[in-house]
Amino acid sequence: MAQSARAGGRRTAPYAFLAPAIVLFVIFCVVPIGYSAYLSLRKVQVKGLGLGLGSRTEVFAGLDNYRTALSDDELLSGVVRILGYGLIVVPVMLGLALLFALLLDSAQVRLSRFSRIAIFLPYAVPTVIASLLWGFLYLPTLSPFQGILGDFDPFAPSTVLYSIANVAIWGGTGFNMMVMYTALRAIPREMYEAARIDGCSELGIALRIKIPLIIPSVVMTGVFAIISTLQVVSEPMALRPLSNTISSSWSPLMKVYTDAFARNDLYGAAASSVVLAAATLILSFGFLRVVGPRAFGGES
Amino acid sequence: MTTLTLDAVRTHKATPRRRPIGGMSTAILLLGAFYMLLPVLWVVIASTKNTGELFNTSTLVPSGSLWSNLTRLSSYRDGLYWKWMANTALYAGGGALLSAMLSGLSGYTLAKFQFRGKNLIFNAMLAGVLMPQIMLAIPQYLLLSKVGLTGTYWSVLLPSIISPYGIYLARIYAAAAVSDSVIEAARIDGASELQIVRRVAMPMMAPGLVTVFLFQFVAIWNNFLLPFIMLGDDQKYPVTVGLYTMLLQGANQPAQYSLVITGSLLSVFPLIALFLSLQRYWRVDLSSGAVKG
Repeated sequence: MAQSARAGGRRTAPYAFLAPAIVLFVIFCVVPIGYSAYLSLRKVQVKGLGLGLGSRTEVFAGLDNYRTALSDDELLSGVVRILGYGLIVVPVMLGLALLFALLLDSAQVRLSRFSRIAIFLPYAVPTVIASLLWGFLYLPTLSPFQGILGDFDPFAPSTVLYSIANVAIWGGTGFNMMVMYTALRAIPREMYEAARIDGCSELGIALRIKIPLIIPSVVMTGVFAIISTLQVVSEPMALRPLSNTISSSWSPLMKVYTDAFARNDLYGAAASSVVLAAATLILSFGFLRVVGPRAFGGES
Repeated sequence: MTTLTLDAVRTHKATPRRRPIGGMSTAILLLGAFYMLLPVLWVVIASTKNTGELFNTSTLVPSGSLWSNLTRLSSYRDGLYWKWMANTALYAGGGALLSAMLSGLSGYTLAKFQFRGKNLIFNAMLAGVLMPQIMLAIPQYLLLSKVGLTGTYWSVLLPSIISPYGIYLARIYAAAAVSDSVIEAARIDGASELQIVRRVAMPMMAPGLVTVFLFQFVAIWNNFLLPFIMLGDDQKYPVTVGLYTMLLQGANQPAQYSLVITGSLLSVFPLIALFLSLQRYWRVDLSSGAVKG
């Protein structure tokens, strides 16, 4: 009896243990995605003057919202802006992270513990707070660089993109460095000894042995960096109160937010967010497809 | 430990020949460290100034107004700032704790049980890792408003508990840290599955779960959009949203700037302390998910 009860427990236990996660996942992930897709196909129809009960009804809109979203200049220019932004942030951030990780790993540096902690430190600063700090540094009246920079204005229309990119690079480099550094520490040290005996320089070891071995980590940080860059919202939003060169539709996600809550166009916002999500998935999976096989050596 | 000793030996051997490169590496790293510390140094200095001094004295010279800034910040709308800090602790601390427990339980189940639908569940959740948050925030708001939960603590806490990435990490960690023979032995001793989870699996997974906790703590603390959309009452704001709204008012009242600056400084202390004290749990390999303690 007891034996079979336990065997039964063993069969039902996994479902019972996973139930809370599945319920939360469905409520806060699956249903919202489905609901977004549903809303994106709806619109409000106004009868008469739009006054009184029942004069505003929700009807099926087909692909109207998608047509509007795809021909929306604000959204399009936001997407173009964010692609340019991503082309700066992702390579610079990951490049710096890789450089710092390799230098820390080379064990010839002094004060490496201090540098490692200092470079990792910005990860502990929430994006909004980081944006506020940099925002104050960008204000000509408050910045310690005013003497050095002269007339340079970080909030000028031509430079604001770089100023926002700088906040993201500042905030993200440390974490990515830590991921790559961890991967580097896991490489058996003996692998370098043979190369050293053959007269390979430290640079050669870094380029020919270390980087190829940690490429999977670099690729994963790349995927996460692409996803989070395309969704950038905290930095420009937190910098907006300090600058009037950042519009309310500066990044695509800000545009979605403005449409949904300031303009009350939930249906259009839903369509835009589906388009953006699809674009993000295509880009991140595309990146994985292009670099993945090389990075993971065919194992995936 | 072994790597440390190896390093020491190797450095000793290698020093004479490679010193010039070492010098340059040190310089580059220190430059990087300076860049990272610059805004932090600035906020430390700026928080010692009152609003007048902020705009009129040299940026790099500290002044003596830190205490008055602190008292002004504390008395701002009857201590609203400290309410924000307490809310942040609740959202990030409570949310991350629940998330780590849920991830631990789910990860252990996915790693150690064979059952129908296992791969389907795991792959669906993995897809969730890659799903952009854009898709979620607005419909989550609409759905929660239908059940009257928007504007409550739950509206920020509940969506924060489920973490596909946490479950993914916990699964890999459970596979490595909990051995099948220990589970079998506990079963033979007559322990129920729930007892095995609580007494055997969870303690063995503890270091990995600390990492999941830290990841989720930072993710919740960093998530600006969710509380910003969900909450209307500023008594329930986390400190990030609170300081942001304070800055918005500052556009008209520059006197608020020194409060925002002092508030920003205070808000990062707890997290930096948490980071430094739990530093070893940050050695995470994203690609394999393995946690190196």
